[in-house]
Amino acid sequence: MPAFLFWIFALLMLIFGAAVVVNRNPVASALSLVVSFLGLAALFMSLDAYFIGIIQVLVYAGAVMVLFLFIIMLLDLRAEERRQISWLTSAGAIAVALALLLQIFYVVGHFKSAQQPFPPLARSTTDDVRNIGLLLFGNYNLPFQIIGILVLVATIGVVLLSRREPR
Amino acid sequence: MITLGDYLIVSGILFAIGFAGVMLRRNLIIILMSLELMLNAANLSLVAFSRFRVLPTGLPDYNMQVFVFFIITVAAAEVAVGLAILVALFRARQTTDVKDISSLRF
Repeated sequence: MPAFLFWIFALLMLIFGAAVVVNRNPVASALSLVVSFLGLAALFMSLDAYFIGIIQVLVYAGAVMVLFLFIIMLLDLRAEERRQISWLTSAGAIAVALALLLQIFYVVGHFKSAQQPFPPLARSTTDDVRNIGLLLFGNYNLPFQIIGILVLVATIGVVLLSRREPR
Repeated sequence: MITLGDYLIVSGILFAIGFAGVMLRRNLIIILMSLELMLNAANLSLVAFSRFRVLPTGLPDYNMQVFVFFIITVAAAEVAVGLAILVALFRARQTTDVKDISSLRF
């Protein structure tokens, strides 16, 4: 993948990720999140992870975002009114986030293999669905079934939580 | 030339954005969205490491991509449960602001 495409998609993802936090209107935040996830899917595909990229678009930009928008419409949330912001709290939050960022920069800067380019792949790199499926149903069979139970429990929990109390 | 470090830096910035969102915002829906941003930042660095560690067969290390698959599944379940709790809370209190939900007992 050419370097400028990486920077375009990375910048797109970061700018719209910041827009999620900055926007006051929840609908605008949700739509910014969609664009951010699409940029992230492009970055996954630039890393030759086509299956993960497609799953990212289908699950996040499709299912999860529809859920978010549906809940925002259901609750009829308007842009939140301006409240008195505690400047001490905001400054503390930003300071902690910046400290985390500086630490990540430091660690990556001192990580020797982070300066090396990616090693080349063999020719047949497009059938990674098959390779992931073999691992998923072979090596990771038990975790896969546990994930299935987890999704079932989550489904039952959601139905139970969102049911109206009978009077 | 794009190196592993570039992907890790981008992933770190995305994580910091999500972290700042969780700390700064008081709307529960935005907090859930910021949590998704943080999970996706972790996914990005996992996939970058997967591409970086090429096996002797010339294929990327698919173990981490399976891990990313699990993370996506758990994150989707988490969002569903979180939004259901949000709806139940909104029915009881008519608010999604965390400042208004500071008592443990209704």
